[in-house]
Amino acid sequence: MNHPNPLDLEQGLHFYEQMLKIRLFEEQVNQLYLTAKMPGLAHLYAGEEAIAVGVCETLRKNDYITSTHRGHGHCLAKGAAVDRMFAELLGKSAGYCRGKGGSMHIADPESGNLGANAIVGAGAGLATGAGLSIKLRASNQVAVAFFGEGAMGQGLVYEALNMASLWQLPVVYVCENNHYTEYTAFREVLAGELRDRPAAFQVPSKEVDGQDVRAVYNAVLPLVERARRGEGPAFLICDTYRYYGHHVGDINRAYYRPKQEEEHWRTARDPLQICAQWLRGEYAVPPALLDEIGQRVADEIRLGLEFAMQAPFPTPSELMEDIYA
Amino acid sequence: MPETTSSLHEITMSQAIHDALAEEMRRDPRVFIIGEDVAEAGTPFKVLAGLVDEFGKQRVIDAPISEPGFASIGVGAAMTGMRPVVDIMFGDFLGLVMDSIANQAAKVHYMSGGKLKAPIVFRTTLGATRRAAAQHSQSLQAWPSHIPGLKVVLPATPFDAKGLLKSAIRDDNPVVFIEDKLSWQIKGLVPEEEYTLPLGVADIKRVGSDITLVATSSMVQAALGAAEKLAVIGIQAEVIDPRTTVPLDRQTLIESAKKTSRAIVIDEGYEQYGVTAEIASVIADGAFYWLDAPVKRMGALNTPVPFSPALEDLTVPTPASIFEMAKTLCGAH
Ligand SMILES: Cc1ncc(C[n+]2csc(CCOP(=O)(O)OP(=O)(O)O)c2C)c(N)n1
Repeated sequence: MNHPNPLDLEQGLHFYEQMLKIRLFEEQVNQLYLTAKMPGLAHLYAGEEAIAVGVCETLRKNDYITSTHRGHGHCLAKGAAVDRMFAELLGKSAGYCRGKGGSMHIADPESGNLGANAIVGAGAGLATGAGLSIKLRASNQVAVAFFGEGAMGQGLVYEALNMASLWQLPVVYVCENNHYTEYTAFREVLAGELRDRPAAFQVPSKEVDGQDVRAVYNAVLPLVERARRGEGPAFLICDTYRYYGHHVGDINRAYYRPKQEEEHWRTARDPLQICAQWLRGEYAVPPALLDEIGQRVADEIRLGLEFAMQAPFPTPSELMEDIYA
Repeated sequence: MPETTSSLHEITMSQAIHDALAEEMRRDPRVFIIGEDVAEAGTPFKVLAGLVDEFGKQRVIDAPISEPGFASIGVGAAMTGMRPVVDIMFGDFLGLVMDSIANQAAKVHYMSGGKLKAPIVFRTTLGATRRAAAQHSQSLQAWPSHIPGLKVVLPATPFDAKGLLKSAIRDDNPVVFIEDKLSWQIKGLVPEEEYTLPLGVADIKRVGSDITLVATSSMVQAALGAAEKLAVIGIQAEVIDPRTTVPLDRQTLIESAKKTSRAIVIDEGYEQYGVTAEIASVIADGAFYWLDAPVKRMGALNTPVPFSPALEDLTVPTPASIFEMAKTLCGAH
């Protein structure tokens, strides 16, 4: 087994730290927006951390992921560094994409990240292509596609599922159902049940509480392993919630999403609190240890941001580079 | 500018689009809107805010994130008696719907020997410098402009937007109507009364005698800005807005170039194979014996739109860069 026992204390603390890193990163991004220090907009992943971390912790470094417009969490969980992430968001040369991609396009091949994507559903096709490539190269990797439930509107996703099933490709599709597309409740734009869709292609699926990192990890681990063994694709449906608006500028959202509902998820279903609870209860982790992690992560975020703020912008000579390989 | 004696009021381009849709929906029960987050949200840009209150969810239809699906559904509805206005949130998503537009809507009339038609409007957007990066910033008007059977509208003012959108909805052909995201807040005078503007008639946005600046959509404001700077150094620029790339008002463009003997064509699409190329060749052909300089083109640089402001701002023509080009072309120092 490559993977540590999910009940291992070290692993639990690591899950917590990774999720906290994403949370503090996203809160900092929101601040950057509110203080007009960041160009453009960003779609925050806060609230959904358990999915990226639970899934990516089952993956090897050279396994692939494809991500979405709400991609910061996936990138960090797969191994991206905070400083270069911030640098990209600020449009600096030191960013993962030399400032050319920005929030919606962070890619980091070194950690297996084939890129966030601003076209809803596009990553599902690309991950399936990575799956085909893995199979043809016999490289023993796995590809994971992250996408929101809104992507289930895209025909491409079904075409990809069909081919992945036909050709038994090593792809795990992770659908993050955060209940809203942009400003529309998913039930208003989705007929039937999500779970019936992969079933139509005989792609096995599971549903999991996307707020419990341990549950996500345990649910996805066998799916990743069977994919790696060449037993074909699988589909994971995660129930989750985004804490902020569709993007950082979506501040008055009561017209599509009740305040009480937001409150409920933040208080009763927070992935960090849930994780901290079982760390304290089942592993007797002392609060001081969690505080220590909190401090460490806060320092990492602070230093990462400092690095990015001081980093230079790209020079005009970089503009026409990278158009062709 | 409206050449009417009726009373005028000042509204934004966003309001003009909204009002054109509301008026056409009141006039014609066949008109409906379909797209993502068009109902309560009124689109992410709020252009359609309130329409659902008046017309209900039957006629302002929130679709799933299924652009190829609802574009195709729109064409089918158009072929069977409706007048859909399909909302494609970002022009970049034309990539998802080009089959419905270019292979279905554009061709059905011709392929059926004139028996079928697809009176449909695809409303979408263009424009960079919003820090939205490579997949949300393109100006792809060259794509539909390339396809026979489509009409393509690029409004630059509230007056034009309203009058042209109403005509687009009434047109029996598929029309791609492309709005500059940064122009929605531009204000302008619009008649209180009902009016329409014909598709295929250019508008002279500023009269001048020394050089013709043909500019579309977002670039109209940039060209007007350049014209003001040019006036300061004694160069009178004529700014012409074709308003539609198809049909193209060749006559007005050629006449202006004959008068001024110099022309620059400016459009925010990529310069390579862009609409500027077509328009420049029309002018070069039609005004050949009157020209004192080669017809110049200015478009977006031939690169995916970068995210970083330090790079993005270099990719599109600006009043300053148009001014420089015009000055050089006029031989001024
Ligand atoms: C093909 C395409 N259509 C529309 C959009 C605009 N858009 C961006 S995010 C989004 C909603 C996505 O919802 P979902 O997939 O559930 O992800 P979430 O934002 O909820 O994480 C939409 C419609 C887009 N980026 N790409």
